[in-house]
Amino acid sequence: MNIQRLFKRLKPGRGAVISIPYFWLLLFFLVPFFIVLKISFAEQDLAIPPFTSLMNLEEGGLLHLTLNLGNFDFILSDDFYAKTYLSSLQTALFTTLMCLLLGYPIAYAIARTDPARRNVLLMLVMLPFWTSFLLRVYAWMGLLNENGLINSFLLAIGVINEPLMLFHNDFSLYLVMVYAYLPFMILPLFSHLVKMDGRLLEAASDLGAGPIKAFFTITLPLSKNGIIAGSMMVFIPAVGEFVIPELVGGPDTLMIGKVLWNEFFDNNNWPMAAAVATVMVLLLIVPIAFLHRFETRQLEGKGNE
Amino acid sequence: MVDAAKQSASEKPYLSIANIVKKFGDTTAVDGVTLDIQRKEIFALLGSSGCGKSTLLRMLAGMERPTSGQIILDGQDITKLAPYDRPINMMFQSYALFPHMSVADNIAFGLKQDKMPKGEIDARVAEMLDLVQMRKYANRKPYQLSGGQQQRVALARSLAKRPKLLLLDEPLGALDKKLRQQTQLELVNTLESVGVTCIMVTHDQEEAMTMATRIGIMSEGQLLQVGTPAEIYDYPNCRFTAEFIGDTNLFTGPVVVDEPDRVEIEAAELGGRIWIDHGITGPKGMQVWASIRPEDVRVDRDPVAAGPNAAKGSVAEIAYFGSYSVYHVKLGSGKVLKAMVPVNRWHEANLEPPTWGDQVYVSWRADMPVVLTR
Ligand SMILES: Nc1ncnc2c1ncn2[C@@H]1O[C@H](COP(=O)(O)OP(=O)(O)OP(=O)(O)O)[C@@H](O)[C@H]1O
Ligand SMILES: [Mg+2]
Repeated sequence: MNIQRLFKRLKPGRGAVISIPYFWLLLFFLVPFFIVLKISFAEQDLAIPPFTSLMNLEEGGLLHLTLNLGNFDFILSDDFYAKTYLSSLQTALFTTLMCLLLGYPIAYAIARTDPARRNVLLMLVMLPFWTSFLLRVYAWMGLLNENGLINSFLLAIGVINEPLMLFHNDFSLYLVMVYAYLPFMILPLFSHLVKMDGRLLEAASDLGAGPIKAFFTITLPLSKNGIIAGSMMVFIPAVGEFVIPELVGGPDTLMIGKVLWNEFFDNNNWPMAAAVATVMVLLLIVPIAFLHRFETRQLEGKGNE
Repeated sequence: MVDAAKQSASEKPYLSIANIVKKFGDTTAVDGVTLDIQRKEIFALLGSSGCGKSTLLRMLAGMERPTSGQIILDGQDITKLAPYDRPINMMFQSYALFPHMSVADNIAFGLKQDKMPKGEIDARVAEMLDLVQMRKYANRKPYQLSGGQQQRVALARSLAKRPKLLLLDEPLGALDKKLRQQTQLELVNTLESVGVTCIMVTHDQEEAMTMATRIGIMSEGQLLQVGTPAEIYDYPNCRFTAEFIGDTNLFTGPVVVDEPDRVEIEAAELGGRIWIDHGITGPKGMQVWASIRPEDVRVDRDPVAAGPNAAKGSVAEIAYFGSYSVYHVKLGSGKVLKAMVPVNRWHEANLEPPTWGDQVYVSWRADMPVVLTR
């Protein structure tokens, strides 16, 4: 959908209302992104801020523009970065899949319960947000630790003789990732599933489709947009996740968030960190733009014909 | 003896609903319905909103489990079968077309569940599309169709599996009145050409009269009367049916004379007696109702001979319907009696038609009223 056309068709009042989110995105997404982009073309410098400026006005009114492509060159040439990006995407993808497999039945069950109990269940899904995210990750550390709650308990009742290795490995990484992102999958899925007309399932059943067949031919295709929305809400932040891999992940967990942190805080190399972030944003934007086009094309088909 | 047994065997009902009950908590939605349907019949369930029509239909489709009772279709007890195991298809009031599938895929859905070979499915879908004249629209999605087109797709989808029994829940409910009348005959023609046994639900009495071979009148979960449209109109068996089907004037009072050739009812609201020369005899003093159709009431400007089946009143309102007018005549008791008068009635008698406030005399023949005991 062409945005200008959209604006023209709307009444002035509505245009104003709709421009607020655009203004928000401009101010808090686009402008910061261009600042980061700018820094990524600078060089590290011993100054405050610790990078060179791109433009210098020299004697004789000569404006000197210096673009340092070295950071990007380094990212592309050192396969450490490629591996890290790949591993981040892989971790995010696996987390998303796990969240989908776990979240779909939960969202489905909540959508099917009667409205009075539904709100209680939704509250329970959102309840973890009442505690700080960081505290909840620390709580998991307390649980999974070598002498944490779970191991102490299992040792005490004699099920195991040695503490289980639950911590600082892939198991703990995915457990906490899925735990943290599950609500972001459940909520959009729920909002799609709850809108579904129950009579469609009755019609499918009437036409000879058993419950499983009806699920795969009716419910699943009709909740496709919910699956896409939920997956994006999990996948995108999961790619850049730093806290969870740092606190509960294994020592060899490669996550781009961790690399970013290192460049920024340990090496004090802001331009490198900015370049790493820029590449990550570009890596995410391409598939999202693709999905978005796919979705709008579907919506426009609905409106036009 | 043998012949009689043979005959009753061959006339065994195709669908037999025996004393079926459905309770939702405290409310009894269907309260002991017993009904037999013959093969190829188009049966209409008619009743006011909330009387349990949809619930009865949903029990036939298997969407609701009866609290008690039995359903037998073509010799098979289907009471406890799951919907997807029943040879019954339903056309939903809201059509319930699958929004993500094309018209052709919607129609093919049921056939695919039966694992029909692809070639046969395509042939059947084409046949169904032709039947409802929707061939051009095979690749459209439901939201790209008008209400009438969606209705035809829904019909095609429910007929595609050649069900033993077709259920229609207010099949034309979503259409506007004009389109509805057009579609009624079209629908009947389609159903008859396929030769399917069909139960339809409606709360539009005209629709039921136009489409059905037999009608069942439902009220508060019970089946009050079953019969052909003419039987139900001419011989209602209770006040509900008399008032629900067509328009009628009801008078109540005790039986005062019970002779072999007539019954007389003392109707206080009429200010006189209603004299009926047919129908039931009842014990003296029994409270009964007499139903007189507006088209059976005669309106005169001049006094008619005083006696039973007549009264004096004034014109309170005239509703003009083209070929006839309905006069609302206010009687001495304050009761308003409706009379349907053909337009040429006054013309032929060389009379000025009565207008608002005019004094008129109403009367009817003794064979017109129907006596109702409940
Ligand atoms: N699932 C349900 N739970 C509780 N009560 C129900 C349920 N379904 C129907 N009822 C009740 O049963 C009664 C009959 O409902 P039903 O839908 O059969 O009416 P209907 O004759 O089809 O009415 P309408 O013409 O308005 O569609 C109503 O009082 C309704 O409130
Ligand atoms: Mg209904």
